Amino acid sequence: MLPRLAARATALLCGSLLLVACTDEPWNDPNPPSPEGMVTYQSMISPAPPKHLDPAISYASDESLILMQIYEPPMGYHFLKRPYELIPLGVEELPDITYLSAGGEEIDPDREEVAFSRYRLTVRADARYQPHPAFAVDETGAPRYLFSDPQAGRAFSEISDFAHTDSRAVHANDYVYAIKRLADPFNGSPMLGFMAQYIVGMKEFSDHLQTVERDGWLDLDQFPMQGLEVIDERTFEITIKGRYPQFSYWLAMQFFSPIAPEVDRFFKNPGFIDRNLTLDWWPVGSGPFMMVKNDPNSEIVLERNPNFREDYYPSEGEPGDAEQGLLDDAGKRLPLVDRAVFRLEKEVLSLWTKFLQGYYDRSGENHGNTNRVFDQAFVVGPDGVELSEEMADREISVSPDVKPALYYYGFNMRDPVLGGYSEDKRKLRQALQIAFDTEEYLNIFYKGNGIAAHTPIPPGIPGHVDGEAGINPYVYDWVEGKPQRKSIEYARRLLVEAGYPNGRDARTGEPLKIFIDVQSQAISNTSMNWIDRAFARIGVQVEYRPADWNRTREKLLTGNTQIYSHGWLADYPDPENFLFLLFGPESPLICKCDGANNSNYESEEYDELFRAMRVLPAGEERETIVARMVDLFRKDAVWLFAYYPKDIYLNNSWVHNNKRHGISKSTLKYVRIDEDLREQKRAEWNQPVTWPLYAAALLIVALLLPGVIAYRRRLKATARQ
Amino acid sequence: MFAYIVRRLLYAIPILIGVNLLTFTLFFVVNSPDDMAVSQLGDKYVTPEAIENWKQKNGYDKPLFLNPDAAGAARLTETIFFDKSVRLFAFDFGRSESGRDITSDVATRMWPSLAVALPTFIVGIGVNICVALMVVMFHGTRLDRGAVFLFVALMSISYLFYIIGGQFLVAKTWRLVPISGFHAEGQVWKFLILPVLVGVVAGIGAGARWYRTLFLEEANQDYVRTARAKGCSELTILFRHILPNALIPILTGVVVLIPSLFMGSLLIESFFGIPGLGSYMLDAINSQDFAIVRSMVFIGSILYILGLILTDISYTWADPRVRLS
Repeated sequence: MLPRLAARATALLCGSLLLVACTDEPWNDPNPPSPEGMVTYQSMISPAPPKHLDPAISYASDESLILMQIYEPPMGYHFLKRPYELIPLGVEELPDITYLSAGGEEIDPDREEVAFSRYRLTVRADARYQPHPAFAVDETGAPRYLFSDPQAGRAFSEISDFAHTDSRAVHANDYVYAIKRLADPFNGSPMLGFMAQYIVGMKEFSDHLQTVERDGWLDLDQFPMQGLEVIDERTFEITIKGRYPQFSYWLAMQFFSPIAPEVDRFFKNPGFIDRNLTLDWWPVGSGPFMMVKNDPNSEIVLERNPNFREDYYPSEGEPGDAEQGLLDDAGKRLPLVDRAVFRLEKEVLSLWTKFLQGYYDRSGENHGNTNRVFDQAFVVGPDGVELSEEMADREISVSPDVKPALYYYGFNMRDPVLGGYSEDKRKLRQALQIAFDTEEYLNIFYKGNGIAAHTPIPPGIPGHVDGEAGINPYVYDWVEGKPQRKSIEYARRLLVEAGYPNGRDARTGEPLKIFIDVQSQAISNTSMNWIDRAFARIGVQVEYRPADWNRTREKLLTGNTQIYSHGWLADYPDPENFLFLLFGPESPLICKCDGANNSNYESEEYDELFRAMRVLPAGEERETIVARMVDLFRKDAVWLFAYYPKDIYLNNSWVHNNKRHGISKSTLKYVRIDEDLREQKRAEWNQPVTWPLYAAALLIVALLLPGVIAYRRRLKATARQ
Repeated sequence: MFAYIVRRLLYAIPILIGVNLLTFTLFFVVNSPDDMAVSQLGDKYVTPEAIENWKQKNGYDKPLFLNPDAAGAARLTETIFFDKSVRLFAFDFGRSESGRDITSDVATRMWPSLAVALPTFIVGIGVNICVALMVVMFHGTRLDRGAVFLFVALMSISYLFYIIGGQFLVAKTWRLVPISGFHAEGQVWKFLILPVLVGVVAGIGAGARWYRTLFLEEANQDYVRTARAKGCSELTILFRHILPNALIPILTGVVVLIPSLFMGSLLIESFFGIPGLGSYMLDAINSQDFAIVRSMVFIGSILYILGLILTDISYTWADPRVRLS
């Protein structure tokens, strides 16, 4: 019986394989077929799905990746130009700013008495929302989907379940309504505390809403906010306290995207929240794309918003863009793809394999990966790190992205051993800075994908200076046209002057031991060994205190740390957004809050300069102040080391317009896909290797055969045998 | 039997309270409500007011176990533990810290979990039993010794190795199936082949060795010798005599797992991108989402207790001499 069964199974398997092998279709395609005639961009969300998609709540770059394709805040960034340039997005023009005295009279911006700044914005005439059931009305003009009890809306669990949709133009009041939602404590916006410092009346508005009784949807239009005014259907004004030129940058973030009150009301229908029908999961905007599927467990699908305004690919960029083909699509109507699918991808091996198989168009969206499996894409050639032969053969292109971000190890300036502002303390910290060879560290542990920082201001941000003028003279010398780290002998001399000859306290003879607080998952044994060796060169010992982020945060809040690791990703491209990391009142020990100055750096001069710089417009005066602040930072040696992370993204040959934008995520509309080439390459790269199947069948037979033979022999055996 | 089942279900209540208390304590030893708030609000510009506001909105603004400001029973009921636990017993899992309805998520996610776990479970048991019976048939021979060696070798290999090795060979090098993913519409089976194959192969060593031990015990019984003396073929002896008599210990280990199949597998689901309850739990732990962790542990406990009751019931089916009272 057994041999017969095995023979039949083998024949069936071989027959099926022969049948399947006759087609050219890849067997390993993980994507369901795209709708006919729609050009689809295939991408991923990794490693976790977005938690919030309500623009008032969301504050993570993974979430912006989705949100910024759907919403259009008032401002945006030019796709190609560098340094980053603000452009109007949801509004007609850049904000018209007027400056007011405490009495409300319009005054010259240079006057000291400026008490308020008023931003006037005019909404684009052709801005319209995506089709959505929230806008659908019945024959009487009343909202079609407005229910009074949870049972009435039970039939709906997806947005696609609603048969009727409609749209309308974006109104000025929608922007005002969105800002009121930021202020509504019920929404728990992370921006409330910060923005309430600037927008007039926001705190009072928020406090008042706290006391209002709620039963379902609360119409925020019923409650005025002092700093917001709707002038007419397309014009509105925001009044902020004092001068805050960076406010224009905030207007480019999703928090200020328009929200139609009827959309907010729609999602407050009773029972909708129990089926995850909320604005937090189904964003509704006027941007180039609209969400048609949100399954946080598997994928998010966006489709072209049929009501998207007229928007065209830019016809100018920075030098070199035309040569790279980045202006080939100049003047074309946007968006250039019809659909985008973002699949949840938790594991790097799967992500990388699917990219190599052509099932993802790019190797990543938010996290360029250069340190794990992606390493195999690169080899070290005569000109440094370059693409491997396999990648080059596939015509894969590389998009480097130096983010406006920083990773750093900072000193706690209140630490009794390493902190303080006396000359010997400065020398001690400078000696440690010199001993930590940042360039070597980046080469070994990040394959050179990072740039050693000489200042807190990353490249591409005003105030960053390259070349000899931009080096940190306390740690580097300028030798033969490039910065060279000062010698270990010099660091040892500094240690002697600081009172630690050979790394021992001159008074007690005790060896100097420094303590580094690190997040457990952010450091490896090999990098700890490397750091040990780096400091051993000057006789200093190191002890690590690994902890999870919660405990590390606690230590920072209480100043219970000596050296800590941290990072910062800019919200906007302005030096203020980096230099505030050293602003005295931002110290958690001073503000008794989650301040950004974790080094607890205090310098009266620095703080004065920061206050002046913060309100100055771009120009020579501001540049001089920024340069002086950077000087103070270097002289006081506040951070052990810092670097600007450089991410590498790979693009398959059929993806065009791959320029990375460090700040804006609103770039999907510029992507173009050559679908024919993609299909051809996928078929070419994914032909199955079938011999292992035959080999496996043979192996099973080979394993079974001795058993079968032995079994038959035993059955036929006599009692004596 | 009915009275027995009711009694077992009543016993479950203190067990569930205990499990819930333990989960709650362990979770809040590691995370404070403030940590949870920061994790949900993000790392930037988190003001103390925002943290307080989040805690108030999500019901974490009360003491954990005992409310000294309240009077009488309210000292116990006006606490986070009471608020969050009582609802579980009414199967109201509430919403995750990010605002999604947990019941709805569980209902959606249990099907992909089941789609992977059920075939792995059935095929796995089938293969393990067949292999074990075959080995028993050649007990004492070189084939038997070789098989035991192979089982121990298979058991010694890490589960991760099977997953990554399977993905590397079958999906990446040979391109026979997708490396990961899952789509309810269309060809679901092609996403299941590899995780099921990996699950089955990874389980052969431990499973077949365990069944071999059970079958060997039966193979030395008198009734087997009698059957052989009657002239029954070896296959008949194995499948008609030994297997039914070894069912009780098999059922003890197997039936208890059946309800838990809904819960999925943490590793398999995570590596193969299966949007099931296993990866749901893992994501919740990573994002410090206590509402989900608590609900999943509670569901897991219930399913386990259910599995134990089912095991007892299955004994009566496998062995008519067993009576539940």
